[in-house]
Amino acid sequence: MNLLTQPVGLTHYLIVGALLFVTGLVCMATKRNAVGVLMGIELVLNGANINFVAFGSKYLGTAHQCTLGLDGQLIALIVIVLAAAEAAVALAIVLSYYNNHITVDVDKADELKG
Amino acid sequence: MEMINWHTCFFLLFALISCGFAIAIVASSNVVRMAFYLIITLGSVAGLFFLAGADFIGAVQLMVYVGGTLVLLVFGVMLTARSPFVSMRTGGSQWILATIVGGSLLVILLQAAFSVENWSGERIVQTTSAQQQISPTSTKIGLSLIGLRVDQLEQQDETLRAGMSGYLLVFEIISVHLLVVLVGAAYLARAKRRPLKEPSNSKL
Repeated sequence: MNLLTQPVGLTHYLIVGALLFVTGLVCMATKRNAVGVLMGIELVLNGANINFVAFGSKYLGTAHQCTLGLDGQLIALIVIVLAAAEAAVALAIVLSYYNNHITVDVDKADELKG
Repeated sequence: MEMINWHTCFFLLFALISCGFAIAIVASSNVVRMAFYLIITLGSVAGLFFLAGADFIGAVQLMVYVGGTLVLLVFGVMLTARSPFVSMRTGGSQWILATIVGGSLLVILLQAAFSVENWSGERIVQTTSAQQQISPTSTKIGLSLIGLRVDQLEQQDETLRAGMSGYLLVFEIISVHLLVVLVGAAYLARAKRRPLKEPSNSKL
């Protein structure tokens, strides 16, 4: 019960962020479906966002002067918008590739290979 | 008996949900199930944002990410879901390599996370949750996006104050970037009409 009685610190958030980052990276490396690779990218961006918000939070037991403050939340907001833009254009590329080649396997996308 | 810290309880709940379903995304090979697990993961990440005091970011995460980006992703899954592509398996050797690389990166990141505990000097004494000031952040974020940093008014250092001039330029850049990217995405993903071939015997 020790885990339930002590307050949440910065390290807890960093562990969750690190785990989401690593799972996203493994997802990007192992999935053969192009949409699966996109999901890995979303996981990586969310892991980074958790770190930004945690470093900016004043409820996590860090001294108030040393947090990122509102900057961390604003960077997280910008990352969310950029992730939306990235998902839109990457999905358009995947759909165009699917229309031309009738597959979404990233291993088959080697036409530009020299 | 010590009192149970409900903040920690809810943190552990959301952290377990997000990490568990993130691992399920990697382990699953069905792309439809991966999309569903991703929705749950990102929703509980929004819960973690709320618990860190970032109420506006949590709401934006729910609305823009879960409600917008993931719906786009689910449409991508539905548009490309033919039977050989719904479930594509990866070879065993690639799994072993990815697990080794990911595990070593996780060890490095966890070491960094555990060493960052005292990065801000001494840990301040936690007050009980009833005594903490609840301060909503949406007004501050909105004002700093138009160039006013109301959260840095007490900053005394002039050199530090010069660097805290708000986010108006960044706001303009990402909005124009989003517009250009969406126009480009609509152009890329448009339905192409194949040119109608003239029948070769039309002149006969």
